[in-house]
Amino acid sequence: MTDHPAVEAVDLVKHFGATVAVDGVSFSVPRGTVLGLLGPNGAGKTTTVRMLTTLSPPTSGTARVAGHDVRTEAAAVRRAMGLTGQAATVDELLTGRENLWLIGRLSGLSRRAVRPLGDDLLERFSLSDAADRVVKTYSGGMRRRLDLAVSLIASPSVLFLDEPTTGLDPRSRIDLWEVLRGLVRDGTTLLLTTQYLEEADQLCDDIVVIDHGRVLASGTPTQLKDQAGRASVVVTVSDPGRLDEAELLMRDCFAEVYVEPAARKLTAQARGLADVATIGQRFVAADIGVDDLGLARPSLDDVFLNLTGHRAEPDGPEPEADDDPDHQLEGAAR
Amino acid sequence: MTTLSPSAAGALPPAAPTRPQVRPPSLLVASGIVVRRNLIHIKRMPELLLDVTIQPVMFVLLFAYVFGGSIAVAGSSYREFLVPGIMVQTIVFSSFIVAIGLTNDLEKGIVDRFRSLPISRAAVLVGRSVSSLIHSSIGITVMALTGLLIGWRIRDGVLDAVAAFGLILLFGFGMIWVGITVGSWLRSVEAVNGFMFTVMFPLTFVANTFAPTQNMPHWLRVVAEWNPVSALTQATRQLWGNAPAAGSDAAWPLQHAPMMAVAWALLVTVVFAPLALAAFARRSRD
Ligand SMILES: Nc1ncnc2c1ncn2[C@@H]1O[C@H](COP(=O)(O)OP(=O)(O)OP(=O)(O)O)[C@@H](O)[C@H]1O
Ligand SMILES: [Mg+2]
Repeated sequence: MTDHPAVEAVDLVKHFGATVAVDGVSFSVPRGTVLGLLGPNGAGKTTTVRMLTTLSPPTSGTARVAGHDVRTEAAAVRRAMGLTGQAATVDELLTGRENLWLIGRLSGLSRRAVRPLGDDLLERFSLSDAADRVVKTYSGGMRRRLDLAVSLIASPSVLFLDEPTTGLDPRSRIDLWEVLRGLVRDGTTLLLTTQYLEEADQLCDDIVVIDHGRVLASGTPTQLKDQAGRASVVVTVSDPGRLDEAELLMRDCFAEVYVEPAARKLTAQARGLADVATIGQRFVAADIGVDDLGLARPSLDDVFLNLTGHRAEPDGPEPEADDDPDHQLEGAAR
Repeated sequence: MTTLSPSAAGALPPAAPTRPQVRPPSLLVASGIVVRRNLIHIKRMPELLLDVTIQPVMFVLLFAYVFGGSIAVAGSSYREFLVPGIMVQTIVFSSFIVAIGLTNDLEKGIVDRFRSLPISRAAVLVGRSVSSLIHSSIGITVMALTGLLIGWRIRDGVLDAVAAFGLILLFGFGMIWVGITVGSWLRSVEAVNGFMFTVMFPLTFVANTFAPTQNMPHWLRVVAEWNPVSALTQATRQLWGNAPAAGSDAAWPLQHAPMMAVAWALLVTVVFAPLALAAFARRSRD
């Protein structure tokens, strides 16, 4: 096989009348990896996915899925990919099993093959008990799981998932992540859109942050977090009366200390793990009680909100343009 | 490929090594699968059939027993006159059935789901059309049985009788394209409902379906007799021997009813098939 990426978007643009939904998006997803398209409502995630899955022709730009052009080789693209759209598209009047039969057969599975594959998926998605019930009687989460099961029936090599875990409870979400990891282990390439940063962090090898149809940033979760700035030392003192004392103490060690009186919280930019130990000792020596003391790495939330500017007020010192990643603090976050 | 793989509970069966063999289905096979799916819908929701069963039966009874007494029909009993009219109304309404089904599938994203699969885009339309024809045929059968109960008879030869049913189906084929056009063009089931009621009732009433045209005001009579529905109704009545051929005072299409029924069906198809395909393509593009 040739060495093409599983998905490749080059300068994709989509206009709906005067609305520019996607405005020059490019990225590439190596085979067997997971790419997360991250963005707020209306960012252009669904539109991008629809162009990649041949459902909507790009206004300009090109895209290839499994090496096939989405515009000129749509049939080949469809043969290679699976799609779970943002809104569940299972057939309400069919049973779970019949839904799998329908899409399985239309995907080109033989009558004989479709049944065991369907049973297996029902089992994997904990739907065996409901298999012969009409989907209308399913809960939202069950529909979502069935929708996913249906897109997996023909074992696509590239799977597009548009907000796959929206509407799932935490338990089902984690179960689903496990299933997705299993697929990736077996060589499936995933492209998923999400608004949940944790999800992107958990699952994705690469993240592309988009808003207003443009790519704002891309990279591995770690790279993006580094871009957002360094980790900080965060101390929450027990007694609000001793906040001033604590601040003075912190100022001995750090150039800048940010105080949130209401939260009894002090934050300073950390240079390394040692800072936590030093500060801890000092607080003990001064006998200032603390509720919490630790190192906080910028979350993807910070990254996301930084980039898209959708957060009303920052709740910590916004690290300025200081991006030398001289230390890695993976796993040290409290 | 997928010979023996009893699903080991809990374990994740590897997807890649056992990737099943897929052979995209032909248009015929795909359409067949879609038809089967649509028929399952009818099985699950038999009330979907109300429009071709209880409703027209109610019409038959209403017209036959409530209005029947006051509508005089030359050369036959009113009931015998009425049954072909109701059957034609039923087949004209098949466009309604197609439109509702299609809009539903478009609204619910089912069409998009199908479009993401390696099947011809036409499979959705062909499948929808065939299942709608089956749906309407059930209605025609129910009408025929009801008719037999209240005194309607096939009085001419078998060949003529079959030809009449053939004409009805041919007309239904034309109406399907109308349904696809409307279903692709309007954006909700409610809109389709409203539009189709507004159009289909005048279309089936301003005709010779329920009352003879002779007693209508002149201008209305002209409209009614040029209505394609009238030619079809007249043709079936003639072929079943329920009414004599139209008199020389009738409009030209009625005097050549069987031929014109075919012509109208073809004309509707020729006009609406391209419109339908264009509307559907436009609707399912973005
Ligand atoms: N068919 C359409 N016609 C007109 N405008 C559209 C259409 N589809 C999307 N848009 C517009 O394009 C923009 C991007 O929409 P899109 O659905 O891709 O966003 P999204 O990132 O998926 O958002 P969400 O997180 O809410 O699903 C929005 O402004 C939307 O209103
Ligand atoms: Mg979306």
